[in-house]
Amino acid sequence: MELFTNQVLAGIATGAIYACMALAVVMIYQAIDHLNFAQGEMAMFSTFISWQLMQWGVPYWWAFPITLIISFAGGIAIERLLFKPLAKAPVLTNVAGFIALFAIVNSVAGLIWDFTIKQYPTPFGTSPFLGSQLISTHQAGMIGVTLVLLIALYFFFQFTRIGLAMRAAAALPESARLVGINTSWMIALGWGMASAIGAIAGILIAPVVFLEPNMMGGVLVYGFAAAVLGGLSSPLGAVIGGFLVGVFENLAGTYIPGIGNELKLPIALALIITVLVVKPAGLLGRPIVKRV
Amino acid sequence: MSAAEEVITKAPAVEAVPKRGMTLGLGASLVMLAALIIGPLFLKNFIIFQMTMLLIYGLAVLALNILTGGSGQFSLGQSAFYAVGAYTSAILMEHAGVNYALTLPVAGLICFGFGFAFGQPALRLSGIYLALATFALAVAMPQLLKLGFFEHWTGGVQGLVVTKPDPPFGLTMSQDMWLYYFTLAISLGIYIASVNLLRSRSGRAFMAIRDNEIAASAMGVDVALYKTLAFGVSAGVTGVAGGLGAIAVQFVAPDSYTVTLAISLFVGMVIGGVGWLPGSIVGSAFIIFVPNIAEHISKGLSGAVFGVLLFLAIFLVPHGARQVAIVAEQLVRKLKK
Repeated sequence: MELFTNQVLAGIATGAIYACMALAVVMIYQAIDHLNFAQGEMAMFSTFISWQLMQWGVPYWWAFPITLIISFAGGIAIERLLFKPLAKAPVLTNVAGFIALFAIVNSVAGLIWDFTIKQYPTPFGTSPFLGSQLISTHQAGMIGVTLVLLIALYFFFQFTRIGLAMRAAAALPESARLVGINTSWMIALGWGMASAIGAIAGILIAPVVFLEPNMMGGVLVYGFAAAVLGGLSSPLGAVIGGFLVGVFENLAGTYIPGIGNELKLPIALALIITVLVVKPAGLLGRPIVKRV
Repeated sequence: MSAAEEVITKAPAVEAVPKRGMTLGLGASLVMLAALIIGPLFLKNFIIFQMTMLLIYGLAVLALNILTGGSGQFSLGQSAFYAVGAYTSAILMEHAGVNYALTLPVAGLICFGFGFAFGQPALRLSGIYLALATFALAVAMPQLLKLGFFEHWTGGVQGLVVTKPDPPFGLTMSQDMWLYYFTLAISLGIYIASVNLLRSRSGRAFMAIRDNEIAASAMGVDVALYKTLAFGVSAGVTGVAGGLGAIAVQFVAPDSYTVTLAISLFVGMVIGGVGWLPGSIVGSAFIIFVPNIAEHISKGLSGAVFGVLLFLAIFLVPHGARQVAIVAEQLVRKLKK
């Protein structure tokens, strides 16, 4: 039983990483209706920016907001420069654009900061949390930040004018335009916010997985999986999906013989496909009803 | 957010390409074929090998094109089918001593079955969810190939070395050149078969599903059957390409068939033009040569250069090589007048 509780706790700790990333994925999916394959690389780049600021002697709590602002502006700039002209192109062309962005960001980060693994500081410390060896205070802090972020997003979308405008622009762009919403800028805003949330995710994840240009590869796959599991239209679902994937992955690795570390990822993905086959909109997603 | 989406007013995810728009005219096809036949006679062995790979990836892109351009389903998991085909050929040749040419139909059939089976759960998924499911398959495949359970046959992490076939009938040509013509003959056969498939009753069913699933089922198309069939055919062709790839490269290992390969094939399809079968070879040229060119321009930034070139390509011609071909055709017509 103790093994079980420990594994669940460890799963929640890794799940927090996936939840963070899934939240960023859902954010951009809401705004642009695509899964951004370059999301992880954008988050990695933001994390490197904050690291660089700290190397220049900027204190952590200054580097953090500065990075968020840069990421937000960067996200908007990428949308305006690269993806706005592609808005009318076929969907598959857009996906190719994400792949191109992925290659560019990864390669540029590798050139500026090289591929050696770097330590990244944490503001929460790394001592055991509440006497448990499995969750450190950093991981507890991460879970806390994810939840705060989720609540903030909820309030933003439910109770602010601009949040409402963003939802309207995503749901029915033409009607939104008729009531005077600048839908094009709402998309840009979505990119900016997704980029900033990605930056938070990157900064929280970096102390655990260490900082290097390829740090997000595995995390992004889990982030997608978590987002799809929870339902791409639901931020809460994404966070729950993140924790579920983390816990399931750990339990499967412990209890099913012959799985070990190598097969964790395929098993987690198999679970998600199973869920999707049974419930195609994800756990909390809103099923799309089609009118013919 | 409104939960209802209007299907009719919304453009389909994959463009509707009419079946005549899917192929090249007879004249252009013959010129292309002549270039492919005569070209290697004047080239070095290494370049011939690259042209063989060009045809092989061209086949794999063609397979994806049948699936996406034909039936409107996405796949980011083609590398998994490619891997199964490659391993089937390699294992048959090295463990069972089967002739290389005979391993290809087996690879095709096994992959057809695999794709058909995978198409069953994929039926309930569409768009982004299908992309993720196939992506998961691609991610899982190298791990599955590394499993200790199969190691006796697959050679585990080390993989298998495949012997290169000699030219038959005492022909005096290099192994590379023989393999090139062998690949060319198979590619040509598959290309013609695919064109005919898309023009047939089944092809029309694929396209009907792509353009409007509900209307297709109302007209009596068995949507589930044809969707899985499209997956099966696509996987089968990819499997043959994989088998050829194993023979050409003379080596199979789990890490040659990662998700990167699937993404390359996808990029190749977009560059070639979704739903335009001759574009497959253009897309294949892009994914083989552009990374080399990028490496040439800058070693450290090769990824960035590749990305920039890809962006340039999709900005200039969002519909891929098909758009170029259409413009060229119109020019030729104007000149004739």
